[in-house]
Amino acid sequence: MKAIVTVIAKDRVGIMATVANIMANNGINILDISQTIMQEYFTMVMLVDLKECKMPFAEVAALLKQTGEELELNIRIQREDIFDAMHRI
Amino acid sequence: MINTGEILQTIEMIDQQHLDIRTITMGISLRDCAHPDQKVCCQKIYDKITSYAENLVKTGEDIESEFGIPIVNKRISVTPIAIACESCETDDYVPFAVTLDKAAKEVGVNFIGGFSSLVHKGYTTGDRRLIEAIPQALTVTDRVCSSVNVGSTRAGINMNAVALMGQQIKKAAELTKDQGGMACAKLVVFCNAVEDNPFMAGAFHGVGEAECVINVGVSGPGVVHHALQKCQNRSFDQVAETIKKTAFKITRMGQLVAQEASNRLGVPFGIVDLSLAPTPAVGDSVADILEEMGLSSVGIHGTTAALALLNDAVKKGGVMASSHVGGLSGAFIPVSEDAGMIRAAEAGILTLDKLEAMTCVCSVGLDMIAVPGTTTAETISAIIADEAAIGMVNNKTTAVRIIPAPGKDVGDQVDFGGLLGTAPVMPVHDGSSAEFIARGGRIPAPLHSLRN
Repeated sequence: MKAIVTVIAKDRVGIMATVANIMANNGINILDISQTIMQEYFTMVMLVDLKECKMPFAEVAALLKQTGEELELNIRIQREDIFDAMHRI
Repeated sequence: MINTGEILQTIEMIDQQHLDIRTITMGISLRDCAHPDQKVCCQKIYDKITSYAENLVKTGEDIESEFGIPIVNKRISVTPIAIACESCETDDYVPFAVTLDKAAKEVGVNFIGGFSSLVHKGYTTGDRRLIEAIPQALTVTDRVCSSVNVGSTRAGINMNAVALMGQQIKKAAELTKDQGGMACAKLVVFCNAVEDNPFMAGAFHGVGEAECVINVGVSGPGVVHHALQKCQNRSFDQVAETIKKTAFKITRMGQLVAQEASNRLGVPFGIVDLSLAPTPAVGDSVADILEEMGLSSVGIHGTTAALALLNDAVKKGGVMASSHVGGLSGAFIPVSEDAGMIRAAEAGILTLDKLEAMTCVCSVGLDMIAVPGTTTAETISAIIADEAAIGMVNNKTTAVRIIPAPGKDVGDQVDFGGLLGTAPVMPVHDGSSAEFIARGGRIPAPLHSLRN
């Protein structure tokens, strides 16, 4: 299953490293990354593949949420289908 | 990969503009639950609902977590109880409502609709017993919703039922006077009721429906409002285009969730109801959209035209986004559930008369309106008759959900809490409609040629 991970946070050192680490540790393959600074906010969008991930989706979402709270990042994971449905005919 | 701008747009809609799936409603047929013994009948109803809807709430929550879109309500609609339970040898229909309530609590849904009766042409014995039980049923239960269809374009208006519903609404208010007449917030009187509506309090599972279906109601007035903020000083052509595009995106969410829920539950997908349903939350208001079009307040001249455009554009945009559209689809204008409507009603700008005019062009009718506790049953019946006439003549669904708030008068407020919100008590006209309502009989169905 493919999903989109979005991270929005005040820019600082190591955001991408932190998120990429979580992905690697849980067998989540990063397929594509796009990243910009909008106003002073670091905005990263990642396309990931959860095929090799052992954890159920809800637990991945909970882990990311918890990490986000600890590190003051707005981080979330959503299945890719929702964006496809909304923006592609 | 989808571009970053589009992804962030979706996230902004959910986070800041209150985009949500308002309800996943499972429609369940109870036609095979009939039994002469009431206890057996109730048990069959309870068993069927709790087995069919066992995983409804869990599935809703799973989808919510995976797609990151809030699904506010999970609900159930059932075959009108007056039909399903008519063969029961009992005069008292309250135990059926208690059974529905118990089943709803067991599976964890917040409302169950279908304590209903369709009497647009006349009553059967079961219809009469059900309507008789409504005030008590809505008082002793928490989650049961009731609706009665008193008119249709093909049958005309059953004025005996209109008269009776005025009395039943008064009784329901009186029985729940400690909660501001709360029972009336769970009771809808329809003309041209639809069989696949997922929204409460008017949901029931029509007789033409399948054994079990999933219907989904989408919402998102905040998203439309936000999109229109970028249309200042543009013509109505562009306003309509913008609403259509936005409605399309919102409805695609509904379609996705409906299909996903249908697959996971192994239940056929019924319809997506593409309604703009407001909540009392700031930024989730239909009134705000109308005001964004250039009205200083909802309720002033121009409001009906603005609402007509909104209602139509929502449908046009949404229809292509879903394989099956149904329910009430359009814009809801429940006063107590919309911060902008409350504001305008409190200021005396939004009146019952203007709301009635608005219901000619919007999706439903006079919804969640509190009137003084001294309002007579006949006046309430007359309000229902007016609204039913609009529905009958214009071939559309109209409804009345009105609360004659006991002990309250114009200027007071009634607080129902949660999604039902806070209703400012609105004035009704003086004068008596008693003789008019006392006539009884039926208003004949309208002619459908020579339309002027």
